[in-house]
Amino acid sequence: MSRQITQRIAFGLISLASVAVVVPIFYVIGYIVVQGGGALSWEFLTAMPRDGMTAGGVLPAIVGTLALTAGTAIVAVPIGLGGAIYLSEYAGDTPTTRAIRIAIINLAGIPSVVYGLFGLGLFVIFLNFGTSILAGSLTLGIMTLPVIISTAEEALRAVPQSYRLVSTSLGGTRWQTIQRVVLPQALPGIITGVILGVERAAGETAPIMFTAAAFFLPRLPHSIFDQTMALPYHLYVISTQVPGMPVQIQYGTALVLLVFVLSMNLAATMIRRHYRRQRVW
Amino acid sequence: MRPEPNPAERPDEGTGKRLWDSVDPGNGRIKLERRPKAATLLETLIERAIQTTGISAVALVVLIFGFLIREGVPAFAEVPLGNLLSARWYPIEDYYGLLPLIAGSLIITVGAAIIALPLGVATAIFIAEIVPDWVREILKPLVEVLAGIPSVVIGFMGMLVITPFVRVALDIPTGLTAFTGMVLLAWMALPTVVSVVEDVLDTVPSSYRDAGLALGMTRWQTIARIVIPAGKSGILTALMLGVGRAIGETMTVMMVTGNAPRIPRHPFDIFQPARTMTATIAAEMGEVAQGSTHYHVLFAVGLTLFVITFVVNLAAASVVFRGTKRAERMLS
Repeated sequence: MSRQITQRIAFGLISLASVAVVVPIFYVIGYIVVQGGGALSWEFLTAMPRDGMTAGGVLPAIVGTLALTAGTAIVAVPIGLGGAIYLSEYAGDTPTTRAIRIAIINLAGIPSVVYGLFGLGLFVIFLNFGTSILAGSLTLGIMTLPVIISTAEEALRAVPQSYRLVSTSLGGTRWQTIQRVVLPQALPGIITGVILGVERAAGETAPIMFTAAAFFLPRLPHSIFDQTMALPYHLYVISTQVPGMPVQIQYGTALVLLVFVLSMNLAATMIRRHYRRQRVW
Repeated sequence: MRPEPNPAERPDEGTGKRLWDSVDPGNGRIKLERRPKAATLLETLIERAIQTTGISAVALVVLIFGFLIREGVPAFAEVPLGNLLSARWYPIEDYYGLLPLIAGSLIITVGAAIIALPLGVATAIFIAEIVPDWVREILKPLVEVLAGIPSVVIGFMGMLVITPFVRVALDIPTGLTAFTGMVLLAWMALPTVVSVVEDVLDTVPSSYRDAGLALGMTRWQTIARIVIPAGKSGILTALMLGVGRAIGETMTVMMVTGNAPRIPRHPFDIFQPARTMTATIAAEMGEVAQGSTHYHVLFAVGLTLFVITFVVNLAAASVVFRGTKRAERMLS
C-alpha cells in the first residue's frame, strides 16, 4: 500500500504549503487591526497631522486618497468600458484587435513605478499640470484601464448570444442592443471589475509619489490642481522617513488604509456572489 | 461533426448563403454580419467613440514607450557606456553603473519565483483538486484579499515583523536583505500564480481524472501524472506572470531590502542588502533636477524595466494562446 502512503505524504505537503500561504494573510490583517485599533479615534480620523506628523490625525491623507480614487474612476471607467464594448461587441479577429489585446496585456504588466515616471513626464512636466490630484488621477486611471477592460469584456462576453439575436430580430440596432440588452445584463460583472481596479489604484504608492502626493501638507486640497497627502504615501513616509515616529500612528494609518481598500474588495466579492446566484442563464 | 440532414446546410433562397457560413469557426458564435447599422447620427457618434477608446489602449502603450524613450535615451548620450556598465551606482559623483541595480532586481525576482512557484502550485492544487467545494469557496476570496493588500502595507509589516525576525534568526547585522525582499515578493506574487494555475487545472476535463481513477490510480497519482502534465502550459504562464509582477514591485522591496547598490558575488550575499531598479527610481526620482543627467538615467532604468516586462508578458501570453489552441484541438 505504498501508493496510499505516497498520496498521504503528498497531500500533507500540499496542505502544509497552503497553510503557509493562507495563515500569514490572517496574521497580517489581524496584527494591524489589533495594533492599529488602539490608535483609532475620532480625532485621528478628523484632525490635521501636528508636530511633524508625530501627533494629530490623518484627515488630509484620507481626503486625498478619496479624491484620487474618485479621479481614477472618472478617468478609467468611460475609457475602459468603451474599450471593453469595442472588443466584445464590435471587433472581429483582425490585426487591429490583436494589437489592442497585446497592448492591454502589456499595459497590465508595466510596473507601477514606470507609470509614475510616465505620469511625471507627460502630465506633470509636459502638460504642465504640476504635482496635482489631476496628474495623479490620470496616472492611476491609465494604470487601472487594463483591469477594467479585461473584466468588463469578460462580463459582456458572458451575456448569451441569443439575447443579442432576439434584440436584433426585433429590429434593434447594434447600439440599441448593447445599451438596452447587453449592458444591463453585464452590469454586475462590470461593477465588480471597476471596484477591483479602483481598489488597487487606491492602495498604490509608486505612481503618485512624483505625480500627486505631498510629503506633509496639513490642509485639505482646494482644487484638482492642488497637491495632496494620500494614505499609502503617508504610510511610507511615516514608516521610513520620519525618525521617532510613534508606532501607534503608523499602525493606525495602515489600518485606515487597509479598511478602505479591503471594504472595496469585500463589496466587489459580495456583488459578484449576489448576482451569480440570481443569474438565469 | 456536422449532422447530415440539416436545414442550416441548405442555401438561403434569397442570398444563396448557408447558415453555417455565418458561424464563426473560431468561437462557434454566430457572426451578426447582417445586423442593422446605426440608425441615427447620435448612434454613429457613440460607435465612433467606442472604436476610439478601443484603439486608445494601443495609443497609450506607444505614448508610454515614447515618453520613456524621449526622457531616457539622452542618458546614453550623456553618460559613457563604460560608466553605465560599471559596478558602481553613486549618482552624486556621477557614477551611473546599472549592473548592481539589474543584478539586485534579477536575484530578488529569481529568488521570489523559486519560493512562489512551488507554494503557489501546491495551493492551487489544494484549492482545485483536494478540498471540498465549501472550503474552496472560502479559500478563493481569501487569496484574492491578499492581492488586495497594498504593497506599502506589506512593506510596512515586513519592516516591523519579518526584518527583525530575519536578523535574529540568521544572526546577521541587519534584517534588511535581499532575502527578506524575496520572501515578501514571493508572498505577494502568490495570488497571481494561484489563480492562473487554478484556472488551468479547472480546464482539464474531468473525464481525464475519471479515466485515471477508473484505471485504479490513486487521487494523487491522477493529479501528478494526468492533471499537472495537462496543465503544464498554465504553470509556465503563472511563473512568467509572477515574475512580471515581482520584477515591477516597488514599495515593498524599497522598504525591506536595505537599498545598497552592490553586485552579489557569493550565494550567501542574498543575506546582505540589495537594491532593485524599481526602488532606485522611487527613491531618487523625487530629488533629482528635471532634465539633469541623473533624471535621464532614471528614465533609462524605467525604459529597461518597460522592455523587460513587455517581453515577459508577451511570452506569457503567447504560451496561453498556444495552450488554448492545443486544448481546443485535443477536445474537438
